[in-house]
Amino acid sequence: MPTTTISGRTLEVNEEGFLVHPDDWTEDLGVELARLIGIEMTEAHWVPIRFLRTDHAAMGETPTLRRVSTQTGIDVKTLFGLFPKKPAKKMAYVAGLPKPKGCV
Amino acid sequence: MTTTPPRLLVLGGGTAGTMVANKVHKVLPDWDVTLVDRDDVHDYQPGYLFMPFGMNTPEQVRRSKRRFIDPATRIVTGEVDRVDADGRRVVLEDGTVLDYDHLVIASGTTPRPDQTPGMLGEGWHKSVNEFYTFEGSLALRDNLAAFEGGRLVVHITELPFKCPVAPLEFTFLADDWLRQHGLRERTELVFVTPLDGAFTKPVASRELGHALEERHVTVETDFMVESVDQEAKVLRSYDEREVPYDLLVTVPLNMGADFVERSGLGDELNYVTVDKHTMQYLPQGDRPAHPEIFALGDAANLPTSKAGSVAHFSVEVFIDNLVQLAHGRPMTHSFDGHANCFVESGHGKALLLDFNYETEPLTGTFPVPGVGPLRLLKESRFNHLSKLAFRHIYWNALLPGRPLGLKPQMSMAGKHPEGPPAAMSASMREE
Ligand SMILES: Cc1cc2nc3c(=O)[nH]c(=O)nc-3n(C[C@H](O)[C@H](O)[C@H](O)COP(=O)(O)OP(=O)(O)OC[C@H]3O[C@@H](n4cnc5c(N)ncnc54)[C@H](O)[C@@H]3O)c2cc1C
Repeated sequence: MPTTTISGRTLEVNEEGFLVHPDDWTEDLGVELARLIGIEMTEAHWVPIRFLRTDHAAMGETPTLRRVSTQTGIDVKTLFGLFPKKPAKKMAYVAGLPKPKGCV
Repeated sequence: MTTTPPRLLVLGGGTAGTMVANKVHKVLPDWDVTLVDRDDVHDYQPGYLFMPFGMNTPEQVRRSKRRFIDPATRIVTGEVDRVDADGRRVVLEDGTVLDYDHLVIASGTTPRPDQTPGMLGEGWHKSVNEFYTFEGSLALRDNLAAFEGGRLVVHITELPFKCPVAPLEFTFLADDWLRQHGLRERTELVFVTPLDGAFTKPVASRELGHALEERHVTVETDFMVESVDQEAKVLRSYDEREVPYDLLVTVPLNMGADFVERSGLGDELNYVTVDKHTMQYLPQGDRPAHPEIFALGDAANLPTSKAGSVAHFSVEVFIDNLVQLAHGRPMTHSFDGHANCFVESGHGKALLLDFNYETEPLTGTFPVPGVGPLRLLKESRFNHLSKLAFRHIYWNALLPGRPLGLKPQMSMAGKHPEGPPAAMSASMREE
């Protein structure tokens, strides 16, 4: 597995740069991960990211875009505004979680 | 002393429900089995893919449900209104109440065009088509026959949906059909997907991506549709991209039955939440446990393909476990997510995908290692003939519950594993 260094910490990541160990994540790291993909975290960004973290802890998997939207009440359009182009992937990346399974 | 036999209630008499009823009678002949369905029409759904191209006739895909269900089963016709899990009973819309000891939810999944703004407009089943229903597939046959060239757009709304390879197959078959009708030169064939490639699993995505390229199909990835504008004849995405069409063939959002939601047993797409190895109901959050409830086939939220092969393999595991439960023993059989799907690629050929929860589809041979005769992830005529022949197997062996000689568990024999996929990180940070 490749590693990367963010804010002085060496972290294991996969081929796409997603954290391998969700437990490595902290909110400070979330800010850095977001910055790496050109996103400045605001309170509006934190609402879905915190949901991803708690939902992943409870369910054992990264929620889909639809689930984030229905559970937080934030509409999909807004999520696209916050995390442009690829919100599901980007939210997972910032939250230090595996990207949601494109269930086959 | 007489004891009343255990009551098994099956909701849905499609692929999974029919197999369950028939197999239970074989292994637990004294059980009292009731099956509920809203109608007596059993369609061979894979035939919906072939009807638009005249490869299956409507008569070949449609049968009576009852004909395939063991006569020892009590069949109730009605619309399920809700499951009262705490009361162990099911209420139908007409007020009928059915009590049970064990419940199997096998109500499948259905296309829901109403969930995407603009999809159900004037042009529905005219310029905006689907092949996930009998009516849609028939209408598409006629609309394709009247097509004179332009932009033919094949579109996936959202995952998961049943038979995830079907839109790719439709694209390959359309390419072939357009050539045969002298229309390919005049047609731009476009494949629009919310995924970042042709398919979900890396090796299959690569192989199928090549197949699209070879056929000069334009691929629009990461496209999350927000609405269909039938006036302007465009698909609009949340990130404000537009894809114009002359003939649109969409796979609408797929959702489980509404009664699953009303009964408090489902996830956000009305799929029953289950343990992925036993298909036993697994409550979400603080919902109460109900170990007597199972969900099989497309109705369950298993993280594998929604496909007939999955229904088949998982029903076999379930039946083995049910026998153990019936004898007061713990369930020891475990479903591995095994799916086995033929992919029509046009020109009289097909590919075969074989995978499970742990292992993605790989290249190789099946079912006999090194011999086949079926070739995994490679086009062959034999694969195509097998896919066409499956209709007969479905009606005559699968539904009646006769053994097909395929093990439910996936095997790695004859397969060629690969290393991890090449770096794709750039794909996410492009803008
Ligand atoms: C175009 C297309 C191509 C496909 N190709 C393939 C393929 O090549 N290979 C493959 O393996 N699979 C394929 N499939 C998928 C396969 O057909 C399904 O996965 C399979 O039929 C699922 O079985 P099921 O029993 O879960 O659901 P279904 O067979 O859909 O049965 C569900 C039943 O529940 C009943 N029901 C639902 N709600 C209620 C209610 N409220 N009250 C009463 N009754 C209700 C319905 O009437 C129906 O009879 C394809 C599907 C489509 C649409």
